[in-house]
Amino acid sequence: MELIFERSVSGRCGVRVPLSDVPKAPPLSEALRRKEPVRLPEVSELDLVRHYTNLSRMNFSVDTNFYPLGSCTMKYNSKINENVGGLFAGCHPVLALIPGGESLVQGPLSLIHGLERQLAEITGMDEVTTQPLAGAHGEMTGIMVIAAYHKARGDNKRKYVIVPDSSHGTNPASAAMAGYEIVTVPTAPYGDMDLDLYRKAMNEEVAAVMLTCPNTLGLFNPHIAEICAIAHEAGALTYYDGANLNAILGKVRPGDVGFDVIHVNLHKTFSTPHGGGGPGSGPIGVRGDLVRYLPTPRVVRREDGSFTVEDHPEGIGRVSDFFGNFGIMARAYAYITMLGREGLIEVSEQAVLNANYMMARLKEEYELPFDQTCMHECVFSAARQVEHGVHAIDVAKYLVDRGFHPPTVYFPLNVKEAIMIEPTETESRQTMDAFIEVMLEAARLARENPERLHEAPVTTPVGRLDETRAARAQQVCCE
Amino acid sequence: MGYCPNTPDDIREMLAVIGAGSVEELFSSIPADLRARSFDLPPGMSELELTRHMKEKAAACGADVVPFIGGGIYDHFIPAAVDHLASRAEFYTAYTPYQPECAQGTLQALYEYQSTICRLTGMEASNASLYDGGTAVAEAALMSLRITERHKVILDASVNPLHREIVTGYLHGLSAEAVQVEPKGCASDLDRLMAAIDGETAAVIVQSPDFFGNVQDFRSLAQKAHEHEALLIVSCYPIALGLVASPGEMGADIAVGEGQSLGNPVSFGGPYFGFIATRKRFIRNLPGRIVGETIDHQARRGFVLTLQAREQHIKRHKATSNICSNQSLCALRGLIFCAALGKKGFEELALLNYDKAQYAKSVLGSVKGVDLLTKCATFNEFTLSLPTDASEVVQRILEKGVAAGVPLGRYYQGMEKALLVTVTEKRSKDEIDRLAVLLEEALWS
Repeated sequence: MELIFERSVSGRCGVRVPLSDVPKAPPLSEALRRKEPVRLPEVSELDLVRHYTNLSRMNFSVDTNFYPLGSCTMKYNSKINENVGGLFAGCHPVLALIPGGESLVQGPLSLIHGLERQLAEITGMDEVTTQPLAGAHGEMTGIMVIAAYHKARGDNKRKYVIVPDSSHGTNPASAAMAGYEIVTVPTAPYGDMDLDLYRKAMNEEVAAVMLTCPNTLGLFNPHIAEICAIAHEAGALTYYDGANLNAILGKVRPGDVGFDVIHVNLHKTFSTPHGGGGPGSGPIGVRGDLVRYLPTPRVVRREDGSFTVEDHPEGIGRVSDFFGNFGIMARAYAYITMLGREGLIEVSEQAVLNANYMMARLKEEYELPFDQTCMHECVFSAARQVEHGVHAIDVAKYLVDRGFHPPTVYFPLNVKEAIMIEPTETESRQTMDAFIEVMLEAARLARENPERLHEAPVTTPVGRLDETRAARAQQVCCE
Repeated sequence: MGYCPNTPDDIREMLAVIGAGSVEELFSSIPADLRARSFDLPPGMSELELTRHMKEKAAACGADVVPFIGGGIYDHFIPAAVDHLASRAEFYTAYTPYQPECAQGTLQALYEYQSTICRLTGMEASNASLYDGGTAVAEAALMSLRITERHKVILDASVNPLHREIVTGYLHGLSAEAVQVEPKGCASDLDRLMAAIDGETAAVIVQSPDFFGNVQDFRSLAQKAHEHEALLIVSCYPIALGLVASPGEMGADIAVGEGQSLGNPVSFGGPYFGFIATRKRFIRNLPGRIVGETIDHQARRGFVLTLQAREQHIKRHKATSNICSNQSLCALRGLIFCAALGKKGFEELALLNYDKAQYAKSVLGSVKGVDLLTKCATFNEFTLSLPTDASEVVQRILEKGVAAGVPLGRYYQGMEKALLVTVTEKRSKDEIDRLAVLLEEALWS
């Protein structure tokens, strides 16, 4: 489709700027003035609306397609959340920081506090801050809190963070952003981080171990408490990556198991929309001693029930401009409040049921490297299809032609030709059956007509794109 | 209530396929002693109850206050088309475009966004957005450390204080340092900034307009930085770029800023987006997602996430950043906002902001006892000096439903009497005149 810039016609205008009701001011000096107007497109409002409406139709989305992306929890985003998220659009955050302003913004402050308390109860943590703006930002913030804790104790020799090889890439990258070196522990044949190798890696120079549980293979690690205990014995702290929290709501709380810090991806577990890549929101929760190191500012409830914003003197400082992605927080708060205790437990139970159903029906045709009851997602390998020259990516692209967004492929890295499926709790058995039929069809085609899979997709506006060329050309904006 | 569709019959039949006796059995890999000790949440609500509950909270959010507050976040008009188009579910319920054939909508929009940011900032390469303005400044600082392999940045203290806090926090763990240079009076001290640059300096970070509202010429600063093989990072306010020389024209190497003012509501702190753009030769050092143009096997143009070898899901701890999410939907709003206004509208909008603020400057500046602290040129924000503590004055005026500005004493020692006032196109002449009356009353009656 042509670019909005290519639709531009000199002199056309979409929005009329109001006439000025004040006298014209003397102009800025030549040196400070822009030489020529910004070369923005010149289109009518209808051109604009048609262009972006048509662009939107070139997307798969949860509202139009089944989106079983493992590790990303693409559940249905209820419409009421969108309504309530927009209620606070006109509330200026600086109002909370100017004298007398606090009493005017009690609504949003109480919402932040309420969400923090909900998340603390759900995760078993003592305190939560909503300031981090995405999951990875929460990871970095959490590790900065851990660094502050060690430093305050005069414990300056800790320079490593342990991660399993199946971890999300954000874990090691976030720890590196906070100044740590990374030690990677491999996965054992039973699917979890190798306990013996982990024990060997742990010592008094380790600041923290970062884990997700259930892990990225969709498996709950029965040794999780032991892993925490080993870390604590060496004086290290434990970090819980909340990416897979959807599987265990009301069943397990990371705080009870022995985790010291956790981040929560509101856009995964608490049903705020992914927005084509963001915004996300990544609140972190901490236990006991670590509360004092949380970022500043904090929303605090006074004895009279009113809310105030307080600086947090021992904290790690500010990690985002204000209180976090508030509009996203409002949606998550609405979701948790509306589902309530029983609704959230049902979420996990149905997510796990759906994933196990998917696993049971597909394991005849697709290799299952870890054949045990899974949690909210399951990981297959296309190894059998590779024998016919068909790879995970070919299966993925065939699904596109049949109207399904592909599962996550080639992640986790420790499974060859990985196909990672997470149906989520909001999909019906009928939708899953339709998807399963197409997956089985793809397996049949791999044997009988692999070319059909190599050609896919053929129904989309463009076919498979040349990624190497894109990287080489580095054409990232139009002239 | 939830959104789980399976009926008891479905569940029974699915369990039979799995070979499990109950749903609870599927959780049997979790040892009993690891089970949740508490899950003390209230019962759920109906949609009607929830709507009432949320409306109660939203009733107390200060939305009826007339804001002359900015300080990095600005109350601009948002054309209706922005809300409508960004509310299309195909945009907001899609995921990160890892499968490009079924995400061309998001990908092309981000490519257009990148093009828009390049044109606004006078730069050659942009990423697909960052979290917010403050983290964007911090990422630019980290980028300069990577490019120069040095460990010091010079941070003009007229840069937004909230952003400076984020920068110092980000640098803290990396044994890099931010040397802050205090402003002279109420504007960047260009001489001291230039004197501070040396062979150890990775970058000088300035803001335009700065936190006090000043617009300055950074060309000589850029030249000085380049003499020492250091970079110039300019944090800028995108609406001002309709009128003011771009970071590119000023000689900057990296341009960053808060994108909120481009079509995103103030929304109590977010979601917003940060932008970052640079010269083409530094493209591999950009953090976050980048969308690039390419072709398919039939030579049809298409878009993909590109240069992914820099990213955390491939490079893990050696990635240029840990960023996984961008702020795609907020960036989309920014793009639609810019396209809606277009070349002519964007310039007119900037001029309108400028004219209104200059008018406010003259009216407020002539209130008895009030003086202008910003002596340089300004865009739509300026700093007044009051004869008394600005916090008290702001509080008194706020009782009349007007947020007069941001008292600077909270951010700068010794500036207890300074007030930062912001005027966007949404403030009418009547509102400005009323603020002048309220200010005079608060000071003298």
